[in-house]
Amino acid sequence: MADYQPVPDQIRGDILVVGGGISGMTTAIEAAEVGKHSILVEIKPSIGGRVISTNQYFPKLCPPTCGIEINLKRIRLNPFIRIITLAEVLQVSGSPGNYEVQIKLNPRYVNEKCTACGDCATVCEIERDNDLNYGLDKTKAIYLPHLMAYPMRYVIDPQFAKDERMKKCVEACQYKAIELDMQPRTITAKVGAIVWATGWKPYDATKIDNLGFGKYKNIITNVMMERISSQTGPTGGKIVRPSDGKEVKTIGFVQCAGSRDENHLPYCSAVCCLASMKQATYVRTQYPEADIHLFYIDVRSPGRLEDFYVKMQADQKFYFHRGKVAKITETANGNLMLEAENTLTGEVSKVEVDMAVLAVGMVPNTVDAKPPLETTLDPYGFIAGDSDKGVIGAGTAMLPCDVAVSVQQATGAALKAINIAGRR
Amino acid sequence: MDSKIGVYICKGCDIAKSVDVEKLINTAIKDGKVPLCKTHEVLCSHEGIELIKADIGGEGINRVVVAACSNRVFPELFDFGQDILTDRANIREYVVWSHKPNDDDTQMMAEDYIRMSIARMKSSEPAQPYTEETSKTIMVIGGGMTGLTSAKAAADAGYQVVLVEKESQLGGWATKFAKAFPKHAPYQELEDTGYKTLAQAVESHTNIKVHKSATIEKTSGQPGKFAVKLSTGAEFNVGAIVQATGWRPYPAEKLTHLGYGISPNIIANIDMEAMVSNGGIKKPSDGQSIDSIVFIQCAGSRDQEHLPYCSAVCCRVSLKQAKYVREKYPDAKIYIIYKDVRTPAQSELFYAHIQNDDAIFMTKGEIAGVSKASDGKILIDVKETLLGEDIKIKADMVVLATGMVPSTKVDEEPVATEEAPADGQPQDGVTADGKKEAAGAEKGAKILNLTYRQGTDLPTLKYGFPDSHFICFPYETRRTAIYAAGGVRAPMDLSAASDDAYGATLKAIQAVESVARGAAVHPRAGDMSFPELFLQRCTQCKRCTEECPFGALDEDEKGTPLPNPFRCRRCAICLGACPERIISFKNYNVNMISQMIKVIHIPDEFEEKPRILAFICENDALPSVDMAGLKRLQYNAMIRIIPLRCLGSMNIVWVGDALASGFDGVLLIGCKKGDDYQCHFVRGSELADTRMTNVRDKLKQLVLEEERVQIHELAISDYHKIPQIFDDFLATIEGVGPNPYKGM
Repeated sequence: MADYQPVPDQIRGDILVVGGGISGMTTAIEAAEVGKHSILVEIKPSIGGRVISTNQYFPKLCPPTCGIEINLKRIRLNPFIRIITLAEVLQVSGSPGNYEVQIKLNPRYVNEKCTACGDCATVCEIERDNDLNYGLDKTKAIYLPHLMAYPMRYVIDPQFAKDERMKKCVEACQYKAIELDMQPRTITAKVGAIVWATGWKPYDATKIDNLGFGKYKNIITNVMMERISSQTGPTGGKIVRPSDGKEVKTIGFVQCAGSRDENHLPYCSAVCCLASMKQATYVRTQYPEADIHLFYIDVRSPGRLEDFYVKMQADQKFYFHRGKVAKITETANGNLMLEAENTLTGEVSKVEVDMAVLAVGMVPNTVDAKPPLETTLDPYGFIAGDSDKGVIGAGTAMLPCDVAVSVQQATGAALKAINIAGRR
Repeated sequence: MDSKIGVYICKGCDIAKSVDVEKLINTAIKDGKVPLCKTHEVLCSHEGIELIKADIGGEGINRVVVAACSNRVFPELFDFGQDILTDRANIREYVVWSHKPNDDDTQMMAEDYIRMSIARMKSSEPAQPYTEETSKTIMVIGGGMTGLTSAKAAADAGYQVVLVEKESQLGGWATKFAKAFPKHAPYQELEDTGYKTLAQAVESHTNIKVHKSATIEKTSGQPGKFAVKLSTGAEFNVGAIVQATGWRPYPAEKLTHLGYGISPNIIANIDMEAMVSNGGIKKPSDGQSIDSIVFIQCAGSRDQEHLPYCSAVCCRVSLKQAKYVREKYPDAKIYIIYKDVRTPAQSELFYAHIQNDDAIFMTKGEIAGVSKASDGKILIDVKETLLGEDIKIKADMVVLATGMVPSTKVDEEPVATEEAPADGQPQDGVTADGKKEAAGAEKGAKILNLTYRQGTDLPTLKYGFPDSHFICFPYETRRTAIYAAGGVRAPMDLSAASDDAYGATLKAIQAVESVARGAAVHPRAGDMSFPELFLQRCTQCKRCTEECPFGALDEDEKGTPLPNPFRCRRCAICLGACPERIISFKNYNVNMISQMIKVIHIPDEFEEKPRILAFICENDALPSVDMAGLKRLQYNAMIRIIPLRCLGSMNIVWVGDALASGFDGVLLIGCKKGDDYQCHFVRGSELADTRMTNVRDKLKQLVLEEERVQIHELAISDYHKIPQIFDDFLATIEGVGPNPYKGM
């Protein structure tokens, strides 16, 4: 259940799950369905995490919101789960079986009376960059995070809460749901175990100088590609070049953009090969004649996912080039020249494309926000195994992985947490 | 208890601005004949909820109709406990947000939804859970790393565990592995598999009973009440099962194209592990040391002639084995010939570490031939290398990196026949698929030896793996309370298998707990309703027993269904299958939907107001109708929606009811079927499609046009297609003309 009443100052639970993406959601609901009280805290205004901004999953090419809806259905009526959004873990003390956690609740500026009718946004004059769409378009300063937001309630971007112009929204709301003077508060949760599922962020592509992201408009990242392919994205799902809105005749996918690279991310991000091949299907659906080029070091499609790779290879206009793209430059009309080097022979191949997609890798959010207690992280910021001293990791906080593996991990994390919580 | 219905109409969110609420009250009281109907400015407010609660307490209201927003919005607020049935008449998303305000058609739509909701409440009862005394013991089959981890995790959580292992010792493949992959930074050093410690912990655990040298002769019954008989004669009851029966290596004997058999010095990777564990690496032919060795990757894997899939671990296995060789022979030349090096996530660091060894030479290439040189060494011809030229390597030894075959696969079986859920259109609508599946299961390995009508084992997905088809739900299973874990589910390494064991065990624990309180497991988790069969009227047509995706119904000799309520997932596909209409749930049944159809007001043909009935799957398609509303997408007001648990629960009698009562057209909207099906109950959307054949026959009987009934697939993300689907269908119906049975 969501926070339909203000959260009390003191709460209790068997398990605290930090991060409301697909992994955290899974751990919390799986434990709740065993009858354990789970508290799920999410820093954003809605749970759902990065899968919400994903257009389709490989290999089934099905919408992620389908699984989210089932999970929401499970969550909505389960009395053993409490969802708290806009919440940050400040501090943790105690030991396995007995933790005390300080949680900061950031103001939503919209209270429990909101019915998501949207009258406030209609009158709102201020716009903000839409983080869901990686800044590719705008929302109003008061906005519904997405169509399947949970809780289904508007939120005000904190940087505009003090803006005079927001008063118009207050007046428009017939339910008295907007409170511009809402203050942050801190609550205490006593729990038996803590699962850390704070997920990942895309590697900052501007750090890869030679690939020209940020310099040339028609180079985008794979996460942006998900948005421009999505009905709820900035282009309503139409794949076009950012510079001039031109249709795409040739497109290049640049694998290992940062990953498997000592200067950036030395590990493999595990999902990018399949993600790019999946994105190639988005292009193919819209442009039956487009030339699709993919540059790779190794194509990594483990297990049954190999079938997806085999299927892609049957596409006559989908060209797989072995070689790492060493340089991207802009040519006439905003086109791009991709130069790839065969790592063994040193041979250079050049391909000109309308648009390039950098398959950037996964950086664990634990790099910036380290888990509390004596949790061991590996040199790349991933949570290194289970620790009796620290938190239990789940999903991409542990290793770069796809949704199926994240959910596998997260389901197991529920049992690990139950066993630790049982020690009290 | 007699039902007493209260109708509560919300005036917020543009409802009162768009429709005449007074008229809606009239509809509820005059047409619905409810004793009580109230309105509120904002029903979801504290005061609104209190208003309803007061009537439940004071007026004895036990059926609540909330005419407001979708039931996906704030259902927790309108949950008044198990004894109070609540239904939403969705007049926000379906009506006022998607239609012209203050319009006759919009008003009629809102009135109909209130009538339908009242009818629904009149013909349903609160679900009474079905409970019996059940066992919460977990049986784990397989004593490898997955099974050991599973057994210990369940036992640590306080559950009794029975572990069944076919060999005389525990540990599985880990007993044969010299070392495991690096698991800790800097991801360079091989690690102990850890099986000994784990096996000891399992054997000494007070909650675990271990049966070694034992296989399962028979598993009968249902979740919470499985009766198991072992080959050793032991008999016991368990509540749920984790199948961790693992894998076997793909037989190297089949890899003659890679030279297997021409020299004892060509071995499989699994033999290499044994060699390292038992005294070290030596040339098998003469026990001498080696100077050179070649690892051939994808030996059988990623090969349409052998295993079309990638076995996921072999690249790392060969890197690990190269390290064994290097440690024993500091000067030996080591070659690894691969298609792609697949070292996901942090294991890339291990690959980088091995690449730093200058005498380990790795190249992409295809093996053109393997032969024996005159000096007894082995010659490997490699073509299509990255160097752009063919190369020949002469080596003392060759290791074939063979892949993983699930223990659930029978060797001789051609791959195609195994793809039970993926075999496309069933030839004969109603029965073929079920029969085919039962036959398929009999051909598979007999491990569980279930006494289920639909086969002895878990249905396999592809290539013999009993894996889930759902990305978001990797433990989804078609045999309730039986979960596959580890190498049997998908190719994976020890570390992933151990994680997998925790996941599957959690699901097993969840199953025994749910069953004990009479609740369904995923995806209708917590549902307390269950199907009741009025068997006196059964004609033994066997449709229900064949169509149940979860094998919940067995049969007696005559073909009468034998229900197993604890296997049931409450999808109601059986209800849709039954031509005699004898299957019902307390809160979802044939009569309920028929009554909802009956109360919809059908204008007569002279009013030029056609009516379309849409049966929509509540899992994906219905939320997308909500989203269309949220986006204020507009569509015609001739449509009336009835949500179904699954499109597979559609009983064709309802289509007949709709046409008989004067509807001009019927739309069926459900999830995607086929290989990449999205149906949450696996076969529901496919079965609904199959039933269209019968629907067409019915239309012919009634001398009605085929176009009057259409079926659509819709994904949850397809909300933008809703107006077009509804409006195009209306155009089609207007083209065909009014239903001649209207007003009869």
